[in-house]
Amino acid sequence: MNPWLRFLLFLVAAPLAGGLLAGWDRRITARMQSRRGPPILQPFYDVLKLWQKQNLAVCAAQNYYVLFYLLLVIFTGGLFFAGSDLLLVVFALTTASIFFVLGAYKASSPYSFVGAERELIQMMAYEPMVLLTAIGMYMATKTFYIDGIAGHGGLLVGVLPGIFLGFVFILEIKFRKSPFDLSASHHAHQELVRGITTEFSGRTLAMIEMAHWYESVFLLGWVWLFFASQPVLGVVMALGVYGFVVLVDNVFARLKWQMALGGAWLATAVLGFGNIIILSFQR
Amino acid sequence: MQALKKSPWILHYDASSCNGCDIETLACLTPVFDVERLGVINTGNPKHADIFLVTGAVNEQSKVVIQNLYRQLPEPKVVVAVGACAATGGIFRECYNVSGGVDSVVPVDVYVPGCSARPEAIIDGVLKGLAVMEEKHKRMQLKEEPV
Amino acid sequence: MTLVLALVLVPFLAGLVLLCLRSELARRWVVVTVTAAVCAWCIALACQSSPLNLGELPVSRHVLDPIMMALEALLGIYILWVGLRARHFLIVGLMVAQGAVMVWLESMGGAGLEGGRVLFVDKFSVIMALINGLVGGAICLYAVGYMREYHTEAHPEVPDRRPFFFALLFVFMGAMFGLVFADDLPWLFFFWEITTLCSFLLIGYTQTAEARKNALRALVMNLAGGLTFALAMAWLYRETHCLGLQALIRTGHAAALLPAALLCFAGITKSAQCPFSSWLLGAMVAPTPVSALLHSSTMVKAGVYLVLRLAPVITGTKVGLMVASVGGVTFLIGSLAAITASEAKRVLAWSTVANLGLVVLCGGVGTSQAVWAGVLLIVFHAVAKCLLFLCVGVVEHKLHSRNIEDMSGLVLYMPHVAVMMLIGMAGMSLAPFGVLISKWAVLRAVVDACPLLSVFIVFGSAATLFFWVKWMGKLVEVERPQERAVNEISLDESVALYSLSAVTFLACLLFPLLSAQFVEPYVAGIYGQSGSLGQGNLFIMALLMGVVMLFPLSFLSHGRGVTLVEPYLGGANIPGSPRFSGSGGAVERVVLHNYYLGGVLNQTRLSRTGEVWGAVLLAVMIAFAIL
Repeated sequence: MNPWLRFLLFLVAAPLAGGLLAGWDRRITARMQSRRGPPILQPFYDVLKLWQKQNLAVCAAQNYYVLFYLLLVIFTGGLFFAGSDLLLVVFALTTASIFFVLGAYKASSPYSFVGAERELIQMMAYEPMVLLTAIGMYMATKTFYIDGIAGHGGLLVGVLPGIFLGFVFILEIKFRKSPFDLSASHHAHQELVRGITTEFSGRTLAMIEMAHWYESVFLLGWVWLFFASQPVLGVVMALGVYGFVVLVDNVFARLKWQMALGGAWLATAVLGFGNIIILSFQR
Repeated sequence: MQALKKSPWILHYDASSCNGCDIETLACLTPVFDVERLGVINTGNPKHADIFLVTGAVNEQSKVVIQNLYRQLPEPKVVVAVGACAATGGIFRECYNVSGGVDSVVPVDVYVPGCSARPEAIIDGVLKGLAVMEEKHKRMQLKEEPV
Repeated sequence: MTLVLALVLVPFLAGLVLLCLRSELARRWVVVTVTAAVCAWCIALACQSSPLNLGELPVSRHVLDPIMMALEALLGIYILWVGLRARHFLIVGLMVAQGAVMVWLESMGGAGLEGGRVLFVDKFSVIMALINGLVGGAICLYAVGYMREYHTEAHPEVPDRRPFFFALLFVFMGAMFGLVFADDLPWLFFFWEITTLCSFLLIGYTQTAEARKNALRALVMNLAGGLTFALAMAWLYRETHCLGLQALIRTGHAAALLPAALLCFAGITKSAQCPFSSWLLGAMVAPTPVSALLHSSTMVKAGVYLVLRLAPVITGTKVGLMVASVGGVTFLIGSLAAITASEAKRVLAWSTVANLGLVVLCGGVGTSQAVWAGVLLIVFHAVAKCLLFLCVGVVEHKLHSRNIEDMSGLVLYMPHVAVMMLIGMAGMSLAPFGVLISKWAVLRAVVDACPLLSVFIVFGSAATLFFWVKWMGKLVEVERPQERAVNEISLDESVALYSLSAVTFLACLLFPLLSAQFVEPYVAGIYGQSGSLGQGNLFIMALLMGVVMLFPLSFLSHGRGVTLVEPYLGGANIPGSPRFSGSGGAVERVVLHNYYLGGVLNQTRLSRTGEVWGAVLLAVMIAFAIL
């Protein structure tokens, strides 16, 4: 399919898919807590409600940063699904996240400030593994292009088991789930009030939510890439990984940032880099 | 629009409550009553909230806080006073430090009676609040459209 | 030929002239004219096609070489005197050893010696010359305004030796031109030692005890590099009777490996890699123009320039692997250490060390892709880092503090400077701008050649992200309402800053042109092929750049549709102000203080670790080279 077409498809379908994933997440979480939970479409109601609320802010500029966060996340996901260079996709996502963090800094409130610092620590925690995943995929398929990686013959997860496990580890951070939901939490625990999202309201908050949806779809797409030669298995595994992430979220309490950073880097070094070492000897 | 009624996010503030009404409010979040089925989230952040749920009578300290928080809630917003103390000051009405119920500081839209108010009543109050919010939203939109 | 000669000689002459000028107006005119001339000549040189057929020198080598030797001897004697006066016996020892080697070399003198050309210009030299000229020129211009304020307001206690200062800046510039245009190793060495001397004198400019100590430390480490340089020349002479750099590069691996390793050692000391990073950190006591010119944009680039030149010799060998590892370790340690620093110049210094480590890593890997990435990294880093140093200098004068925590709300207090700083920082850390794209290129090169080295890059990369963004955040956040500062910066400083910002911006924008016109031909000339961007990637980077460029436009909406309200402070806000009522009714201010991860990372321990590993790797490198 034409890359532009795929980009458009992502642009339109990803928020729907992402919202449903978020709703599914809340429902499963509720069921695990012996509750019934909201309807699956609840995230859409939330975003639509937020869209109609007044936009309060500490400083008007903070909203511009969030707008560009959303635009760049869409750009990233679109790049990914259009089949482009994986490293560039990673760097584009980093740029998007930087805009989000800067918006929280701009808001200049203690809670958003600490949330921003912790978000940066989270980024520092998962960045090495994300880069190693791209490198691992390159070493296995000789290309950084997602089209090429997807078109590669064998099941990538067989060649990259350590990287896959490390990637799932840091997905827990990327999805902002316990034990690593340091910068903002969807749950009732309000250690930082709403953390990085504290000072945003109305449309801007809705944009943050949508950006998270786009990002979720992109990340699950990356999980799918590990199983690309068996597309149906890939979809099942992607949803399965998401379910696993939700399960871990409900089982664990939040860890301190020192543990999050240390744990992630340890997992990266052992699982990710270990895999790379093995791959480099196989060449 | 539909969505406004389906996603009520609550800011729960204890003015000077004995915590009886607070416990009942939090009980609504438990599996027995589970308000999240109605899309309710207890956010601790006024900028994210639609419904300002206040328990307890208002004294000097909480007066300032209620005003600050009320100002930081985005429109359309609804104030729900839960329990007898929040409604009128309850049995503490005559105390020297109590100025009365929540309506002595900010306009209240829904009063939930009881001491302490029962979870079912609180949920009912929130839902009535949603109807008020929808009214306010319609008025907001009418004001925005040029005549 | 005249162009190149002018570029080398005119700054030297200007330096001598400036030494004699007391009047500030005259000094300013000399600086402005020479800077403009140098910039124009550099650009003219860049526009000419290469390789340049330079023709013969106007004066014969038989006359020039002895003059050079004499000057070098004088230099050596001066350094000996400095070492003796300071009772720094390591300096004395190193200088004596170096002198002995040089004397030996001279005594062998001429018998069958085949030197390289004194002046040799290829695309890489042109790039380095452009950096030296444009960036160096901007710094010299900036220095006029900066040093005036330095001596009148900021540091009246420091003796005013400005003629000396500016003379040194221009002598240094001339030496750098000589260095990048030299092919004959003894001449390269001569200019190399001049830069060492300039660095020593400029670090010690303020003549405080700390400055003297740090100047001596810089001298010691650079002398160690000078000694290995001399040893490399001696060995080369003994084995091949040929002392040309290009000839060295073209020799086969085995014969050239030991001198190449020794020269890389020299480059590593000059670029402050582990274990020699401490001299660069200490050099930050000098005034900001010195930090910008010598210790981020040009002199330290000479070291990595040499390493990159030697890349074809060491690629694929164990020596190359060791060099790359030293670079990698330095990148990782430098990035982690920068997180813990709250003093602006220290952060910039560690960041410089780290980025140079990345270039050394490219040199060690040595494939065509790696060298391509390395050269690009040099260009972007030089420009962006210089801009940052100059901005920090201006901010320091206005705020009377170098602490990042004091720069809160700079976007309101000094908006133009803050925006320029943000441009510089974006150039260092944000895709699709310069340094990050170079980092992308480095990753691709490393993954092809030696994937195990990627561990340094991925961890270091994550760390760099942290300290840049938290600094950017500090600039944009507004803890309390601020008035705009009166009279932000002087004319000289603003011309320099604005032009540098423009250059940074243009370099990022014209990055494909730069790559195609200069870097790729150079790399292809040596390896037969070159790394390159790729059409598809170019398009994507352009798109990304376009999206990011739209950001400033969003400010045109002037916050329509947004209602301003106080931040959430638990409801304890004091309405209409950023304060809140604390316990006991006290009125508190909101204070936002960045994380420096002090509990987890310790700068001293990181330095020590880097020094140990660096020393080990270098020792192994020399061992491999000898065997």
